[in-house]
Amino acid sequence: MSPRRGRTEEFTSYYGRPILKEPTWQALDIAGYIFAGGLAGASSILAAGAQHTDRPGLERSAKLTALAAISASVVALVHDLGRPERFVNMLRVAKPTSPMSVGSWILSAYGPLAGATAAANVLGIFPRAGKAAGIGAGITGSAVATYTAVLLADTAVPTWHDAHERLPFVFASSAAASAGGLAAALAPIAQGQPARRMAIGGAAAEIALSVAVERSGNLSAETLHEGRAGVLLRLSKAFTVGGAVGLALGGRSSRGVSTLSGLAVAAGSALLRFGFFEAGRASTRDPKYVVVPQRERLAARQEAAVGADTMG
Amino acid sequence: MSTTQLGMPTIGVPRKGFFTDTSLCIGCKACEVACKEWNQIPADTSLKLTGESFDNTSSLGADTWRHVAFIEQKVPATDPSAHDGVKWLMSSDVCKHCTHAACLDVCPTGALFRTEHGTVVVQQDVCNGCGYCVSACPYGVIDQRKEDGRVFKCTMCYDRLGAGEEPACAKACPTKSIQYGELDELRERADARLEELHERGEEGAQLYGRDPEDGVGGDGAFFLLLDEPETYGLPPDPIVTTRDLPAMWKRAAGAAASLLAGAALVFWGARK
Ligand code: SF4
Ligand code: SF4
Repeated sequence: MSPRRGRTEEFTSYYGRPILKEPTWQALDIAGYIFAGGLAGASSILAAGAQHTDRPGLERSAKLTALAAISASVVALVHDLGRPERFVNMLRVAKPTSPMSVGSWILSAYGPLAGATAAANVLGIFPRAGKAAGIGAGITGSAVATYTAVLLADTAVPTWHDAHERLPFVFASSAAASAGGLAAALAPIAQGQPARRMAIGGAAAEIALSVAVERSGNLSAETLHEGRAGVLLRLSKAFTVGGAVGLALGGRSSRGVSTLSGLAVAAGSALLRFGFFEAGRASTRDPKYVVVPQRERLAARQEAAVGADTMG
Repeated sequence: MSTTQLGMPTIGVPRKGFFTDTSLCIGCKACEVACKEWNQIPADTSLKLTGESFDNTSSLGADTWRHVAFIEQKVPATDPSAHDGVKWLMSSDVCKHCTHAACLDVCPTGALFRTEHGTVVVQQDVCNGCGYCVSACPYGVIDQRKEDGRVFKCTMCYDRLGAGEEPACAKACPTKSIQYGELDELRERADARLEELHERGEEGAQLYGRDPEDGVGGDGAFFLLLDEPETYGLPPDPIVTTRDLPAMWKRAAGAAASLLAGAALVFWGARK
């Protein structure tokens, strides 16, 4: 990517110290939360499809996956707050300018629906209400799977903010890949075609979109290739591609292939979130990701102003 | 979103601010000390020496609400037989109390709020330590106190302002490098000072955070610098992240819809 070259040569800073503060979030909690939320949301969508196309095995496994994943994600979220006893303060206000506030409300709508539909399914009670809750969980699940992209992008963290246009689509496709993958691993093969398709389609979109972010030409995209983030994202691609190919070739005929490949796609999706998380962290540690693009922006503005002057 | 200048009072007390004129700073750190004393901020007992001139605090943080930067620049001697000279740049940094404050926009609990003076303050009993504001601040000001979990930053001495006093740092500053007052008045004063310095041939002199049209709508605490902002560890052209939030929500809605549509597609004609 030639436009990047030579952009950082003349750049001053204060003893090379970072300008931004590094996110206080722990990778396991927040990247884990984002992965689990995506898995839960997309699993609920899959479950809603299964319940209306008479695939009881797929329906049950997807509903239980959703419930387990959303429970894990809430535990991670509460754990990440320095003062978990204050989690309730999150529901003190509803603030559209805060994706975390919006997310808390999305979660408090989604969580009970996902729980109710799973409980109704397992206990065999209230079938009608259980299905209605299943639809609700599917719809709110689509928000759970995507709002986390806004959560990250609505920060001053260069890698995250610079990717704000594409990140919701990266996360949505990655959520689909993980839910499809896990369902392909857990549900009966005979009912699993939609799950395998979701895993393969999600994986393809995940790869295409994340590569588009990596090649965006933004200086901060460098962090997606380097260091720990680079390793995580390369691993992610290997798992995702390997799993998707496995599902396409042997997902229908072999239980073992379906399980392993499905798990690989889900692992690729998890690695993707951890990779993006780490890349963002790295972009706050080096002041060049703040100074160089902002300088370029200023220069472009000045040039435009001079241009406008000479025109007049 | 942030263009509503969240919580900015439109009537009542005029907006208060800081004008930090770094051309007057002598690097005495009286502001740092006065701030710590008045606000009872825990000491940093690590006693690390950074080797970065006289700066051992390094940056603003949860326990440093005023931070004095020291920059030593070589001035080449005009006479080839003489040694090069050294030029000192000193600057007391602080929370900018942004007009469009990202920290305040993203805070999910309402712990961060806009005071009647137009400043931005954390309500410590409401903060739940989520750390969102830390990643949102384009200046890297606000930070978490690790052992406590909550975040802390400059309050512009909210308690003193209420009592009609000026903030502790401004009071302690012996050279009037830190000036406190009504923002409109400070801006006029700063413009005049800039002109004066330019006339004296200080070409690098520039105002930072003065312009209400900039990416954060102007800072409630702005500066007169003698070099480029990044030299002092300041971002050259910060933009409040929430400016793009409406666009981000639209993209997320699009992504959610695609996810639902894609899921419908995978069931289309699927074998059982
Ligand atoms: S400088 Fe940072 S902490 Fe201070 S008001 Fe602006 S966004 Fe908030
Ligand atoms: S850490 Fe405290 S002040 Fe900062 S966004 Fe979270 S609740 Fe608000």
